[in-house]
Amino acid sequence: MSRFTKGLFAVAGMSLCVSGTALANDLTIVSWGGAYTKSQIEAYHKPWMAKTGKSIVSEDYGGGIAEIKAQVESGNVTWDVVDVELSDAIRACDEGLLETIDHGILPAAPDGTPATEDFLPGTLHECAVASIVWSSVYAYDSSKLRNWNAPKTMADFFDTKSFPGKRGLRKSPKVTLEFALIADGVPVGQVYDVLSTEEGVARAFAKLDTIKGDVVWWEAGAQPPQLLADGEVVMSTAWSGRVFNAKNGEGQPFEMVWDGQIYDLDLWVIPKGSKNKDAALDFVAFSTATEQLAAQASWISYGPARASSVARIGTYHADESIQMAQHMPTAPANFANALQNDFEFWADNQDQLNERFNAWLAQ
Amino acid sequence: MAITDVNSSAEMPITAADGTPLKKKLAQALFRSRVRAVGLVLPLFAFVMASFVIPILALMWQGVYNDTFASYTPNLTQQLAKWDGVSTPSEEMFAALVTDLKTAREDKTIGRIATRVNQELPGTRSLFTSSARKVKKAAPPYAESMMKIDKDWGNLEVWQAMKLTSQSLTPGFYATALDSKYTVDQGFVSQVENRQIYVKLFWRTLLISGTVMLLCLLLGYPVAYLLATLPLRYSNLLMIMVLLPFWTSLLVRTTAWIAILQSQGVVNDLLVWIGITGDESRFSLIYNMTGTIVAMTHILLPFMILPLYSVMKTIPPSYMRAARSLGATPTRAFLKVYMPQTIPGVGAGGLLVFILAIGYYITPALVGGQDGQLISNMIAYHMQKSLNWSLAAALGGILLAGVLLLYWAYDRIIGIDNMKLG
Repeated sequence: MSRFTKGLFAVAGMSLCVSGTALANDLTIVSWGGAYTKSQIEAYHKPWMAKTGKSIVSEDYGGGIAEIKAQVESGNVTWDVVDVELSDAIRACDEGLLETIDHGILPAAPDGTPATEDFLPGTLHECAVASIVWSSVYAYDSSKLRNWNAPKTMADFFDTKSFPGKRGLRKSPKVTLEFALIADGVPVGQVYDVLSTEEGVARAFAKLDTIKGDVVWWEAGAQPPQLLADGEVVMSTAWSGRVFNAKNGEGQPFEMVWDGQIYDLDLWVIPKGSKNKDAALDFVAFSTATEQLAAQASWISYGPARASSVARIGTYHADESIQMAQHMPTAPANFANALQNDFEFWADNQDQLNERFNAWLAQ
Repeated sequence: MAITDVNSSAEMPITAADGTPLKKKLAQALFRSRVRAVGLVLPLFAFVMASFVIPILALMWQGVYNDTFASYTPNLTQQLAKWDGVSTPSEEMFAALVTDLKTAREDKTIGRIATRVNQELPGTRSLFTSSARKVKKAAPPYAESMMKIDKDWGNLEVWQAMKLTSQSLTPGFYATALDSKYTVDQGFVSQVENRQIYVKLFWRTLLISGTVMLLCLLLGYPVAYLLATLPLRYSNLLMIMVLLPFWTSLLVRTTAWIAILQSQGVVNDLLVWIGITGDESRFSLIYNMTGTIVAMTHILLPFMILPLYSVMKTIPPSYMRAARSLGATPTRAFLKVYMPQTIPGVGAGGLLVFILAIGYYITPALVGGQDGQLISNMIAYHMQKSLNWSLAAALGGILLAGVLLLYWAYDRIIGIDNMKLG
């Protein structure tokens, strides 16, 4: 046997051992990557590993339930805990892809309030427990647009006459159509009523038509700060925490416009048939305790899903002078004109609107 | 004498050293080598069957067969089979609906049923999931009771959609993949215009793949020629320059093109600096079809150069010299003598690039923007996001059929035996 082949076998053997131990002990936790996963590692993973002595393998994914479905249906479940959006949590639960989570295991707040009352309304579900409230907003480059020339409302995003320059938008009908209607003057309370009608959809696309030629489409959450930093666009829709971290962690001159923000939840789910179900449940309960959720908020500007955590939000980990509370999507100053993503509307209409959106893009 | 020899050999067979007739011995040897050949091929054959042919066939089958609805709602499916599709749904149908919704709620299969019907009639997903939550309360007469839970149960379209989804073997997905719709009462009708997308994307995929193939040929031919004719020390260096990007990750190369082509990128900066364009009117070279074509051409170029090179390497330089010495001009010698001999390489490279380009996915997703998307991006969407695997299978099936058709056409026109891959 040549030395090369021997080496190959040695490497293969080693990787087998590594993956073998990974299966035996570790908890595989899957999330969205970047600054967000980092905040989870600091606030949840590390303290949990210190407490239990078990180790955690952190994996990144791009959302959606395709992988969970594939793992559950093939009977080879390698993910133990997954961070998903609300619409995906509901859909996966309806399709029987998730373990149910007994809300009784969730720890009470420090003052004794039971978890079921401490969690914000709509954040606890049969198969899912919310950890944070995140938001889609738009951000602009304040070195190019400033003072009297700074955009303030959602309508400004669509106003390329007063604010010339390219726009970044997520290549998905979700959120984009809502933004278009809000900019067109639909009150946030009526957005989904309007969007449920044929005229409403046409109205949203007509509004998008007005800026179509100036749009750069993005797909991954890390792209908008990059597009802004490169000067490819002057404004871009983005996930609020990513912009906050680019601004305060990397010193980029970005500002967020909270008017017309669309907020949503991120929830923990456990794929059905997880090999470490007990450890996974323990992790979910541990990470959604008051203290951990409050700790996460010092790493990224996403709002905790528990009322008792909201009161305990501290300062940014890298800069003590920044009070995180005022940068949360749920902070009163930011929350004035906010819309909650309607998961049921999107579960119903996603396929149809996506086809229409793609047809519109291709025109 | 010769005649006697032949006769005697017919009567007395020639034998091998151990006495067995040579004919038998030969047959044995042939059989052994055949067994060995089969034995050597068998692992590969099994591998290809298990990892390629069977999955593809299974996926193709999904494109025409989807029994989600029928397997989770057995009672309703039975009732729907009897229904004519236009009359008012009967009380038995409602009763079957109630029974099946109750089971589906308990077994947590309601989401799958709802998703399947929603593919046929968008907007009905929540009708199923929310009705299943309330169906406990339903009591006879069920028609009235269900209508009270949600008045949409009185909508004939919902029942027609259920009838369609209850037929497991369906042309519906292929119809959708071709921008039309299969209906209970009118057969195939064309999809509403603002949702027609797939046929357009198929054409665009062909167009972009064709363009990329031609560009690769135009750019790759001279390079391959140089590779084959330059002295070894130069051609080796050139070969490394061809292979180095070939060995670099696809993602790295795609992102590099973003850095080069974006509006604040190298190319635009250079153009502004020279004064060809103003700072305000920079060219959009990426996040559109141009970006897709440029990046794909670069990435697929080695697949054109290498087969061309391997063919050109075998053409003796003396042919060109002979043509020249017989009086041909350099151009004529090149066109009449050299080029025809490179056709197998052109065919191989062209086919390789074209077929790879047709299934390209990551590069258009990253740099395609709004008009540089290919059909593969829609297939990925249906595999990963909408989880409509049957539609993905139908789109993939059409793509596969298209490729096979082109392959057949290629075989008829150029001949597959003339292809030389290396």
